[in-house]
Amino acid sequence: MEYSGMRQRRHTHEAILIVIGILLGLIFLFPILILALNSFKSQKGIFLDILGFPAGEFFSATNYTRAFELLNYVQSFLNSLLITVTSTFLILLVSSMAAWVLVRYKTKMSTAIFIFFAASMLVPFQCVMLPLVRFSFTLHLLNRFGLILMYIGFGCSMSIVMFHGFIKNIPEELEEAATLDGCNALQLFFIIVVPMLRTIMITVAIINVMWIWNDFLLPSLIINKPGWQTLPLKIYLFFGQFSKRWDLASAGLMLCIIPIVIFYLSCQKYIVSGITEGAIK
Amino acid sequence: MQKSKTRFWLFLFPALFFFCLVVIIPTIMGFYYAFTDWNGISDRVKFTGWKNFQIIFRDPTFLHSFGFTAVFAFFAVILVNLVAFFLALLVTRKFPGATALRGIFFMPNLIGGLLLGFTWQFIFTSIFSAIGEATGQKFLKGWLSTPETGFWGLLILTVWQLSGYMMIIYIAQLEQISDSVREAALMDGANGRQMLVHIILPLMMPAFTIGLFMTISNSFKMFDQNLALTDGGPYRSTEMLALNIYQSAFAENHFGVAQAKAIIFLIVVAAIGITQLILTKRKEVEM
Repeated sequence: MEYSGMRQRRHTHEAILIVIGILLGLIFLFPILILALNSFKSQKGIFLDILGFPAGEFFSATNYTRAFELLNYVQSFLNSLLITVTSTFLILLVSSMAAWVLVRYKTKMSTAIFIFFAASMLVPFQCVMLPLVRFSFTLHLLNRFGLILMYIGFGCSMSIVMFHGFIKNIPEELEEAATLDGCNALQLFFIIVVPMLRTIMITVAIINVMWIWNDFLLPSLIINKPGWQTLPLKIYLFFGQFSKRWDLASAGLMLCIIPIVIFYLSCQKYIVSGITEGAIK
Repeated sequence: MQKSKTRFWLFLFPALFFFCLVVIIPTIMGFYYAFTDWNGISDRVKFTGWKNFQIIFRDPTFLHSFGFTAVFAFFAVILVNLVAFFLALLVTRKFPGATALRGIFFMPNLIGGLLLGFTWQFIFTSIFSAIGEATGQKFLKGWLSTPETGFWGLLILTVWQLSGYMMIIYIAQLEQISDSVREAALMDGANGRQMLVHIILPLMMPAFTIGLFMTISNSFKMFDQNLALTDGGPYRSTEMLALNIYQSAFAENHFGVAQAKAIIFLIVVAAIGITQLILTKRKEVEM
């Protein structure tokens, strides 16, 4: 009898946890869900029945097609994709190379340079943005190409710190053996070292992808041609134009949120562990 | 093993080059511009000494944004970490759906601040007033149109966005508290509350230090959410530090003054970061 009583208690306990969980889950999802709901309503529908389900005369599917056109979606998406992928790839390349030699050369110079990179993470963006824009103008870097170069510069310090922490724990024997076998520096790095960096590569890639994809301020200062704009830039300008048109605005926001959610769902495991490592480091 | 100096510099060069180009050179230039009358347009820049710093310490918008940011950071630290710790305690219990909940709580982090700011603008201005209308609750009306609702709006958005992130850090720490420690406490007759206060909370201290400083530093650097949610309004009452610097430069064309503000900003942010580093390192030694 006592046993069944305990089971009973465990069951009610579990039920309470599930109820709290569902309530909290709904609170967390509420902003996105209600936005999604209203993105299928006409302007009149949002005005008259903002909390209701999009049905009957209030339903509208044209919000999405109009927002798609107004955001110039395909082009903005491809701009974001091009900038994010290229920058992340180059950050991974230059940071892993730098971190490798910074670990393997135990000199005062290498320690000093490493501390220099790490300390620079304390400098907030607002501190460099004005001079950066000024000399980017002089050097003709106010374009997508310049933006990618800047992401390498801003992204490399944190990435180097993360690679550095990982490479430190890889024993050097394998590299020594390969050198004896006649590997040159490039072969040594790309054939022996890079394959060992797989897990940290994923972590560093995810942190940089999330940052660059969502970044607004830097591209807003650097990109000055409509055809080069990324999604965050487009949605910002779009809001300036249609701030009271929540039918179009909600659809536009959903069009920007959906790719992120898809990316999250498809590699949730890597994202959560990657971001955690980045935070605790 | 023979290691050449050439190899060292060759592998280091690309990173060092871009880093110096976009971080080091602009930082040094920035320190110079903070002492000039640079307006961003004219090429003629005159050295003006400490004048910009005298201006900003008499600039009410800057002092207000400084105070606003500090008060905001204070509330954010408490609320974000309380919610995050509670969420972590919840999802580390074993019940159906616990893993899915982790995913849901964490999701807001991945959506950019700009998108979140606009989304919550819709919630606060349109949805809140509709709910207020339907239920007769007057306090739900007119959100973001007063300094107070702007402040709480920013805070709610921040708690919603950041607590899932801090939750992940707390989960990592909670899972490190081994079952044997919990079992030993249970054997000694500890009840749930005693377990929390005497066993779990003390062992969570390193994670709290991280959560605390990350929330402060995030609050101080906040820009996108501020821009998209309130744009500093009404009447610059909810303008945080980063946005204040931005407006100095691009709305008022006082680039020299903005740069001086950025230097103060750097000192504050760096001080927070260094304190965190010292505290976490000391904790590690103790453990």
